[in-house]
Amino acid sequence: MSTEAALANTPVGGGRLRTSPSSVAPGEPRKIGYAYVLPALVMYVLFVLAPFIHTIFLSFFSWDGIGPQEFVGLDNYKDIWKSPVFRSSFVHSIVLIVFYAVIPLLIALLLVSIMNRSKIRGLTFYRTALFLPYIVAPTAVAVIWRWLLSPDGPINSGLTAIGLGALTRPWLGDFTFALPAVGVVGTWVMSGLVLVLLLAGVQKIPTSLYEAARIDGAGAWWEFWAVTLPGLRYEIAVVLVLTVTAALRNFDIIYVMTSGGPGTSTIVPSYLVYQQAFIVGSLGGAAAIGFVLAVMIAVINYVIARIGGTSS
Amino acid sequence: MISRRDQVLGYVLLSIAAIAALAPFVGVVILALGEPGQIAPSLDISQATHFGNFGDVWNIASFGASMKASTIITLTIVVVSVVLSVPAGYALALAHFPGRSAIFFLFVFGLLIPLEAMIIPLYFDMRKFGLADNYWSVILPDIGFSVAFGAFWMRAFFMGVDRSLTEAARLDGANSLQTLMRILLPLAKPQLLTLAVLFFVWNWNDFLLPLVMLAGSEIQTAPISLVYFQGQHTTDFTYLAAGALITIAPVVIIYILLQRSFTRGVLSGAVKD
Repeated sequence: MSTEAALANTPVGGGRLRTSPSSVAPGEPRKIGYAYVLPALVMYVLFVLAPFIHTIFLSFFSWDGIGPQEFVGLDNYKDIWKSPVFRSSFVHSIVLIVFYAVIPLLIALLLVSIMNRSKIRGLTFYRTALFLPYIVAPTAVAVIWRWLLSPDGPINSGLTAIGLGALTRPWLGDFTFALPAVGVVGTWVMSGLVLVLLLAGVQKIPTSLYEAARIDGAGAWWEFWAVTLPGLRYEIAVVLVLTVTAALRNFDIIYVMTSGGPGTSTIVPSYLVYQQAFIVGSLGGAAAIGFVLAVMIAVINYVIARIGGTSS
Repeated sequence: MISRRDQVLGYVLLSIAAIAALAPFVGVVILALGEPGQIAPSLDISQATHFGNFGDVWNIASFGASMKASTIITLTIVVVSVVLSVPAGYALALAHFPGRSAIFFLFVFGLLIPLEAMIIPLYFDMRKFGLADNYWSVILPDIGFSVAFGAFWMRAFFMGVDRSLTEAARLDGANSLQTLMRILLPLAKPQLLTLAVLFFVWNWNDFLLPLVMLAGSEIQTAPISLVYFQGQHTTDFTYLAAGALITIAPVVIIYILLQRSFTRGVLSGAVKD
């Protein structure tokens, strides 16, 4: 009766009992599947899907959280378009995508192409180090970087020490530089992750492709363009999904580092949802921003997945 | 094929990247051990002897209570979510019932929805059922998010299992539950560990949900304590550094101990932040 014995006695594939050509083996669980899925599905529907649908519903109302809800049609969405602050929050998101997704990808591609598939010993150590900024709490990352960027902090002292004292400024209090400063934090968090994922990907590209390119007399640039980049298509799609989503959902870092300031120079949709809902008390408007954010994330992920040729 | 020069260059570049990743942490450790209360603390490693800073911050920011709350909340989410994800992934991979792909796509859809698009109804609707300002107000929604990923993750594992294994178990008289428990789960141990590590890291670090759901209570999670502490001690960077290190310590320890599991999770394209 032991399972090992049963395994030993079963022909591989177990095809002899199969009567139909369908992939459904006759004895595989059927209706009982509902019982297995149900507990997870109930939790998911109650605490993810239902609130999401309720958000869409709320976005068509004006509501302060206490009084009656008043139907306003698409007014909340029109406000997003009309209000300069709301609109700028989406522009800031695009700037942050450059810092969270584009720059880390360019840095990683540059390193990966220069490293030219060299076998690295102690990769485990490098991975552990490079992943660290990504796994620690973003709130702690934000606290650490508030210090690094503070007026008397290491970044300004470093600039002064190398004779670039003229560049020092209170980074997070500067209307022009607060957003890029927050963006640099994203670059720091994401670059290691992107590098490790691309390093793993480049090892999987068959050596024969590189040899063929060299026989054809390809230079380093052409080799990168014709072999490395296409070979990394899947990995690039994965890292873009991770980094772009993180850029659009950076509530923690904005809340701790700038609260959207100075002025509204670092305000992002994610922070606006919180501010409009729980500080201002404009819940319909906040719901509309939340829904637009969700649509943006879905659309961008869909486009990346299509270009990357991945299904999941 | 790979020249010695390229090899050396590879190490140099990777080392620069690793130093860039680690330097702020090293700086924070030195800062946290420095003399507290200075406006512009200098990073002097010979002065990094004030181990009492951790105790001070632990008491001032009441990290004792918040680390305990974070531990209870996070571990409950991890255990319940893993327990619910396994049968869900199993059924989505190996059972045949109408609506199976629809349910699968529903879970995948959930991976894309940001918390920002749910937080308002969660706050108001859970309040109506007395599920606000207590552990459940954070645990229940986080289980909802976690199982969407967990079902997706476990399904991928069960899809890859050789069908002859489950068929053999069935011929041996095992029902579907016995097949899962006795044949498949022992094989799934590495995937279960990875899933648990990912759930732990995400939920320990979570900020927006506890910030909103626990706003009216005394309960704080570790990241919330850190942020409130920063609100009161904006420029006391030495203490803030100590607080940041306390907050990240459990995740860093688990990460270093189980880093193989974590790397596998991220490398296989764990598409969730």
